[in-house]
Order: sequence, then structure tokens, then C-alpha cells
Amino acid sequence: MGLTKQSTGSSVLGFKPHIERQHPGQKIIALAGNPNVGKSTVFNSLTGMRQHTGNWPGKTVSIAQGSFFHKGVHFLLVDIPGTYSLMANSVEEGVARDFICFGDPDAVIVVTDATCLERNLNLVLQVLEVTGNVVVCVNLIDDARRRKIRIDLEELSRLLGVTVAGTSARSGKGLDRLMDEVWTVTHEKPGCCRGSPLKIRYHEAVESAVGLMEPSLEAALNKKLCARWTALRLLEGDENLLESIRNYLGYDLLALEAVSNSFQKARKILIDAGIDQDLFRDIIVSGIVRKAEEISRRVVAMEEPGHYTRDRKIDRVLTSRTWGIPIMIAMLGVILWITITGANYPSALLADALFWVEDQMTALFLSIGAPAWLHGLLVTGMYRTLAWVVSVMLPPMAIFFPLFTLLEDLGYLPRVAFNLDSFFKKACAHGKQALTMCMGFGCNAAGVVGCRIIDSPRERLIATITNSFVPCNGRFPTLIAIITMFFAGIIEGPFRSVISALMLTGVILLGVMMTLLVSRILSRTILKGLPSSFTLELPPYRKPQVGRILVRSLLDRTLFVLGRAVAVAAPAGMVIWAMSNIHIGGLSLLSHCAGFLDPFARLIGMDGCIIMAFIMGFPANEIVIPLVIMSYMSTGSMMEFESLVRLRELLAANGWTWLTAVCVMLFSLMHWPCSTTCLTIRKETQSWKWTLISFLVPTAAGILICFITASVARLLGLS
Amino acid sequence: MKQNADLYMKHDQFIPLSFLPTGKKARVRALMSKGISRRRMLDLGLILDTEVEALQKSPFGDPVAYLVRGAVIALRSEEASDILVEAM
Repeated sequence: MGLTKQSTGSSVLGFKPHIERQHPGQKIIALAGNPNVGKSTVFNSLTGMRQHTGNWPGKTVSIAQGSFFHKGVHFLLVDIPGTYSLMANSVEEGVARDFICFGDPDAVIVVTDATCLERNLNLVLQVLEVTGNVVVCVNLIDDARRRKIRIDLEELSRLLGVTVAGTSARSGKGLDRLMDEVWTVTHEKPGCCRGSPLKIRYHEAVESAVGLMEPSLEAALNKKLCARWTALRLLEGDENLLESIRNYLGYDLLALEAVSNSFQKARKILIDAGIDQDLFRDIIVSGIVRKAEEISRRVVAMEEPGHYTRDRKIDRVLTSRTWGIPIMIAMLGVILWITITGANYPSALLADALFWVEDQMTALFLSIGAPAWLHGLLVTGMYRTLAWVVSVMLPPMAIFFPLFTLLEDLGYLPRVAFNLDSFFKKACAHGKQALTMCMGFGCNAAGVVGCRIIDSPRERLIATITNSFVPCNGRFPTLIAIITMFFAGIIEGPFRSVISALMLTGVILLGVMMTLLVSRILSRTILKGLPSSFTLELPPYRKPQVGRILVRSLLDRTLFVLGRAVAVAAPAGMVIWAMSNIHIGGLSLLSHCAGFLDPFARLIGMDGCIIMAFIMGFPANEIVIPLVIMSYMSTGSMMEFESLVRLRELLAANGWTWLTAVCVMLFSLMHWPCSTTCLTIRKETQSWKWTLISFLVPTAAGILICFITASVARLLGLS
Repeated sequence: MKQNADLYMKHDQFIPLSFLPTGKKARVRALMSKGISRRRMLDLGLILDTEVEALQKSPFGDPVAYLVRGAVIALRSEEASDILVEAM
């Protein structure tokens, strides 16, 4: 036990499991449910913008809280992690269970999926064993109706012994009724056995063993925890719960003589009946699953049993041996093509507008007779970098993010994981790493947080370290700009953007291959081990909500990422300008630094200015190309740039060849993760060592591959 | 592998779920998995007598998607071979 306590880091006493109430008399409501049942939609619909996210004490699992006001009462809704069970098999399940047991919620809402009620009832029944203050929310009721599944909510409520509310959270249907029910539950007399919630009767020997333990537990727990449920967990050998009781209630349950005595007697009953701990667990789980099956048979009516035929047909194409992988790559290519083509025009427009503003600002500075250095610092340094970041980044992001969110919403990403799993298995990695990799396309920091879905620590670390091998959205503009300038130019006309999209797809595929290769190397070296078991759910395809996708991807993602880039670009632009204008010994500070880095940079196919830009781009990758341009322009050859063609001339004038372009792209794909990602890795792994490794691994890979590329090209006389 | 599957089928014995051809249904007869993997299978509702249908192989043949109690779950061959089923 001592080892477990240390390794989980929860040995610190004095945990505060209680969520602080914001108002006196505020009711705390836990929101539980399986993953993929629209739990967060329910949460967002009920709480709107009144949310914030905090971490569960001692654990890195974050818990979102939000408030709502109904019939004169303040409610605090706590969104606990989505789980299939409360058996504490994973960190998420442990947190979910601990909050329901020790977080002192006034009621628990269990969100279930109407299109897959039977499996969801599993969790409902487990929650009912802990507390009777439950409202069951049968969500996605419209989806079910469309699939010709009918659910008798009244009968369900009667069988479960708690209230049931049918909702369609996406359209807001049924939420008022849900809040009414929550209000009612929290205003009836509290207690662990309010009303008559369903209790499952197990095997006879189990029941007599539990019955024997209940009185002593009731005395020991003093209504803080349901005695019957605790007895079941103790007999099952749930050490984890004993530990939580020690942490939250402050005493060792089995150290109490009465409890320990009844425990020994109960164990004897089970042993006499030939029930060991494994069998005991099987009996419990089977009892719950059978009950769920029985209830489901009585309340769910399917008009046509083949209600998933459409999904199966789609899957047969999207994950087929022949078409699965090609379609996946084609879909990626098309998204990138739309992004590149669609971004061209608005990018040019934005650049025109923003540089027109720059001209006006210059005129203003001249007219008031401001000193040249001030104009340089603020306009040429800060504003121009900002203008670049916005005009280069905003259009592709505003197109890519909604498209990506659309795929997410449709339910395609789990299919990607299904298609790619075989590769990840060969790399001794977890199948869900494909999902965290996909999240990395949006933002590597988000991808690192996403690694929580992997519950084996070894495989989670592999996924974390390799996440930055897929280019995040901040790096797309860099890649797109270079491809457009140096490679798409070989063809004129409408095919130009097709070439760009193909090349970008190729770069991303290279990133995926590097992810697999590095995962495999890590599995053979510092993170030795075999792939652990995992199960992947392929949820039903859902009709995406276009309006919500636009709002969510533009506001939450695009503006957030852009804001961060702008915040970093402004000071970075000033620093670059200052460095190129402060002269020491006849040379600018920038030239000194770039000159210092130059020999090394040349070795890997780039130059000192580029490496400087990558280093200064640590807080946000988006500003790398703008910084390169700034430093070239400020080192003498001042010129106006109207288009990427002119920009290409500027780069070529500074010694860029196709090899430089390739190496910049490779290094952009493989170098240190941005500072936000590094901090996120530190937070998730709780270790500077793994943060450092996550920093070094992609950097080393990038340097090595750029070096090989540059050397081979030079040896063959190609450059 | 394929030959073995045929052999098992002919003798009308229990076969590992991983041998179940796609499109075929079977009933769970024994769960051999241990530890955390066993718990996970039980959580999915894979208890005795549960009906399972092999829906679809992934492009490289592993994992395979199964229909279990109305949900589509993908299992790698390692996990599926620990579940003994009787073809229906």
C-alpha cells in the first residue's frame, strides 16, 4: 500500500474534496455520463458562459464547473470525467467516483445516450448503488427518434426508481424539464436511500456477506457513504477506495475493529461458497449488466432492428481494406487544398489593408516629427510583424479550424484511430495515440492534454513526447507560405494550389511516420514495454451542427490562438528591430547573433537568421517566417513587399535555395514544442525530466534529418 | 490462423472471438482475460452469453470492430483472442 500511496502522489493528507460554493445555499450537482453522449453539450447548454475549469486536488484531471439559476435557486454544475464505470479502473474513473462519493453533491445527473441506452444503463445502475439523489438524463432523444428507436421514459423512471428526463441538448429540448427535476431532487429530504432507487440483488452468498457487514459500516461511515455499496467494494478488494476513504474521511476503515471483524466473517461466507475475489467481481458486474439488459428490453423499442445499417455502410467504405487509408489521405488533402485556396485571396486583401495602415502610421509619425527610432521600433518593428502574423495566419486558421471541427463532430476521428491502429500497435504504442495525434493538428498543447485518454503511463508518455511531430495549426502558415513560394511556382494556373496541398499532405504524412518511428524507438529504449490492452468505441455518426461548429472553432480556437500569437509577435517584432539597429563594433546585434549561429545553421541547410527566428518563435511558432523576413529586411535591403513573389525575391536575395526551403520546412515540422506546449507537458507529466525529453527528442530528430538532407543534397551536387 | 478457425468451427467448439469471421454472430462462453483487461471487457458488457457480432476489419486486418450490446467496439486481436465464443 505504501508504494501506491507514494506513486499516486495522494499521500498528502488534508485533501479538500469539496467544491467551494459561490453562494450560500447553492446546490452542487455532479454531471456524470459515458464518453460521447453529449455530456458537454448538456453542460454548455445549462451553464452558458458561466464556466471555469479547475483541477481536482492532487490529480491532473481537470473538472469544469459552471453555474445556472433555476426557480430562485443557484446551482453549481460540476462536469466530472466521462466514464463507462465507477470501478476506478483508470484515473478518470477514480476521479468520477471520488467526486460522487466524497464531493458531497446534492444530486447527480447521469447523462445517457438514447441511441445506446443499454450500455449507458451500466453507469446509471452503478451510480444508483452509491446515491439515490439521481436524475437520469436520456440525451440525444431526437437522434434516437430519427433512428426509429423509442424509449418509454416513464417506465424507465419506474424501473429505476428515480426521475428521468428526455433531452436533446443540441437543440435545447427538454432542458427546462431536466432543471425542474434537479430542483425537485435537491429539495426533497437528503440521504443515501431517499425514495426507492433500484438496488440490484446479487448471488445469495454475496447478499448475506454484504448484509453481515452493513451494520458495522453504517456505524463507521455515519451516512457519509452508502454502507451497502461500501461493503460491496471492500469485499471486491477495492484497495483504491480504502485509500480514498483514508484521504477524504481521514480514517482507515479496516482498522476499525467492528468493521474488520465483520469483514473477516463476510469473507468466510464467500470463501465457503467458493467465491474468490475474481469471481466476486464477475458476479457484481454480470449482475449489473444483466439488469441493464433487462431494463433495456422493457423500455427500448426499435422499429427496425437494423437501425445502424447506414452507419455500417459508411464504415464499410471509410474503414475498408482498399479505401480506408486512401480516403483518409484524400480527405486530409482536400481540407488542406480548401485551406490554401481559400486563404490566398483574403490573405492578400488583409495584407493590403494592414500595410495601407502602416503607410498612414508612417505619415502620421513624420507629420508630428517623431524620432526615427520610435517609428522604427513601433511601426517597422512591432506593427509590421503583427500585420504579417495576422494576414498570414488568420485566413488559413479561420478555414482549417471549422473544417477540422466538422470532421470531429461527424465522428470521423475514431475511424482514423481504427484505420491507423495497426501501425501504432507495431510501434508498441496505444491505439488512442492516433486520436491525440489528430488533436495535435489543432494545437499541440491540446494534443498533450488529450493524452489523458491513454491510461497506461508508459504509452501516455510516448504520445506526449511525440505529439509535436504533427504540425499544429500555428505551423501550417509557415509551411504553406514556403510551399507556395518555392515549389508550387513550377506550375502556373489553377493546379498551383493542388500542388501546394499535395506537398503539405506529404509533409504531414512525414510527420505521422516520424511519430510512429520515434514511438517505436522510445518503446525499445527509455520507455520499454508492450502495448497494453485498450478498447476503442466507434460512436454513431452524428449530424454536425454547422452553426455551433463555426462559433466554437472561430471564437474558442481561432481567436484564442491568434491572440496568443499577436501577444508574442508584438514584443518579438520590437526585439528583432532593436537587435538589428543596435550596433556593436560596426555590426548589428542581430548580425552578431546570427553570425554566431551561422556555421551550425549552414550545416543543417539553413542560416543564422532562420535559427534565430526559430528560437525567438519559441513562444509561438506562427511568428517564425515574419521574424525571418523582419531580420532580412532590417539588415539593409529595405523593400516593400506586395506579394509572395516579391517575398521570394527577398529570400532568394538572402541566399535561399530550394534546399533552404526544404530544411526550413523539415525543421518547422521537427523542432522543440512551443512554450505553451512545454508548460502543458510539465503540468501533465509533473516532471521536468519528461518535459526536457519532449523538448530534446523532436529537436534532435529535426537537426539530424536536416543535416542528412543538406549533406546528401550537397554531395550529389543538387544544391 | 484461418485454417485453425475452420477446424474449430467444424468441431463446433468454442473459438476465440478473434477467429469469428466478419458478419457472423456468436455468444460469449468464457472470458480468459486477466486483470485490468478483464475489467475493461466486463465494463463493455462482455459477460457470459452476451451476443457479439464481428462487423468489420480495419484496413490491415487488426483491430476488428464488434457490435456489443448496441455499441460498436474495436478490439485488437490480443484482447479478442481471450474471449471464447460459440458461433451462432
